[in-house]
Amino acid sequence: MISIKGLYKQFDQLEVLKGIDLEVEKGKVVVIIGPSGSGKTTLLRCLNVLETPTKGVISIEGNSLDFSKNVSKKHIASFRRLTGMVFQSYNLFPHKTAIENVMEGPIIVKGEGKASARKKAQGLLEKVGLGDKMTYYPAQLSGGQQQRVGIARALAMEPKVMLFDEPTSALDPELVGEVLKVMKDLAQEGMTMIVVTHEMRFAQEVADEVVFMDGGVVVERNKPEEIFNHPKEERTRKFLNMLQ
Amino acid sequence: MYLSSIYIEPKYIDIAKSSLQPMLEGAIVNTIPLTLISFIIGLILAVLTALARISNIKFLQIIARIYVSIIRGTPLLVQLFIIFYGLPNLGVTLNPFPSAVIGFSLSVGAYASEIIRAAILSTPKGQWEAAYSIGMSYSQALRRIILPQAVRVSVPPLSNTFISLVKDTSLASLVLVTEMFRRAQEIASQNYEFLLVYSEAALLYWIICFFLSIIQQFLEKRMDRHLA
Repeated sequence: MISIKGLYKQFDQLEVLKGIDLEVEKGKVVVIIGPSGSGKTTLLRCLNVLETPTKGVISIEGNSLDFSKNVSKKHIASFRRLTGMVFQSYNLFPHKTAIENVMEGPIIVKGEGKASARKKAQGLLEKVGLGDKMTYYPAQLSGGQQQRVGIARALAMEPKVMLFDEPTSALDPELVGEVLKVMKDLAQEGMTMIVVTHEMRFAQEVADEVVFMDGGVVVERNKPEEIFNHPKEERTRKFLNMLQ
Repeated sequence: MYLSSIYIEPKYIDIAKSSLQPMLEGAIVNTIPLTLISFIIGLILAVLTALARISNIKFLQIIARIYVSIIRGTPLLVQLFIIFYGLPNLGVTLNPFPSAVIGFSLSVGAYASEIIRAAILSTPKGQWEAAYSIGMSYSQALRRIILPQAVRVSVPPLSNTFISLVKDTSLASLVLVTEMFRRAQEIASQNYEFLLVYSEAALLYWIICFFLSIIQQFLEKRMDRHLA
C-alpha cells in the first residue's frame, strides 16, 4: 500500500538518499534503524514531503507523486494528509492547549465543525492517556505528555500511515515507556507505521520488519529476529555490535 | 529663589490650570487619534511589507526593500513636509490631519516591518513543519501558527515604536495639526511662559507614555499565560 521507488535526495553537494526502494503493507509496522547520517530521517521527511525528493516515486494507497516531474503545492498538501508525522522535538503549538493542538487540523484543514472536532480530540487525548490534561498548554506538560499530544494531533487527521521520527530521542529515560506504549497500542489496532528509532527493544517487540539503512541506501531488511540475531550484512553486524 | 517663586506665585498655578484644558483637548482630539490611526494602518503595512520581504517573489522583495530604505533613510519631518507642503505642487492637496496620518503610517510601516520580519523568522522551523504536516497551506500556517507566536515576540519592540510615535506626533504641529504641542505653542506665544507651558506639555506626554507602558506589561502578561 506504500511503495517507494528509486528515491533520491540531494542537499546541495550532499546526496543523502541514493535510490531507496521500499514497500510497506497495510497494517504493518516497519522500523528503520541505522547510524546517524544514514538518511533514515530524511526518508521519513520525504514521505511527508517536508523534504522534496530530487527524483523518485512515492505511492500511498493509490495516490502517487512522481518527483521527477514538477509537483504542484496543492498536490503536495493533499498528499501530506495521507501521512501523520510525529517529530523528535514534538513541535506542539505552544500558544494552544493540548486539545486545541489536536483540534486545529480537523477544523482548519478539513473544515470540520468545532463541536465534532472537540469530541474527536477528546477521544484521542483519552486514548493516549491525557484525558485529564486537555486544557494544559504544552509548557505545562512533560516531554512524554507532549509527545503523546503530538501523536493525538497527527491521528486527528485520520492518516493512512503514521510516521515517527525518533519520537523518544528527546525524552528523559523514565518517560520513554509511556510513549512507546501508546505506539504499541496503535500498532495492535492495525495502524500502518514507519518508525525511525534507536529503541531496539521496541523494534524487536513491535516491528513486522526492520530496515537497516546506511549511507543513503537500504542495506538489509528482514524480520526483527533475523536482523538482530542473524544479520546477513557486515555493516548491519557492525552497527548492532556498536549498540551493545 | 526663582524656583520657590513658582510655588508662591498663584499666577503660575492659574496659567498652568488654564492651559491644561486646551492641551488636553489637543491630545484627545488630535494627538491620540493620530497615534492610534497611524499605528493601526502602519501595522497592516508592516505585516504586508514583512511578508513581501520573506516571500520568494523577487519583485515584492525589491519593492519592500526600497520602501523601508527610503522611509528609514529620510527624516520624518521632511517626509511630512513633502506630503503636506510638497504634494500640492502636483495638484494633490491634503488637509493637515490626513497628511500626518499618511506620514506617520508610512513611518511605522517601515520600522515595524523589520520587527515583524525578525519575529516571523525567530519562530522555530519545526512550527512550520508541524503545521504543514497536518496539511496546512502556507497562509493557514502563517495565520494560525506563526503570526500568533510572532506577535508575542513583537510586543516589546512594537511598544517602543508606539511610544515613539506618541512623541513624534508633536512634529505634526509643523504641518498645522492642532495637536497637543501646537496648543502649547499657541498658549506660550500669548503669555510668554515658555518654561511652564512646555514643561506642562512634556508632563502630559510622559503621563500618556507611562500608561502605555502599563498596557504593554499587561499585554505581555496576558500573552505569556500559556507559558508555565
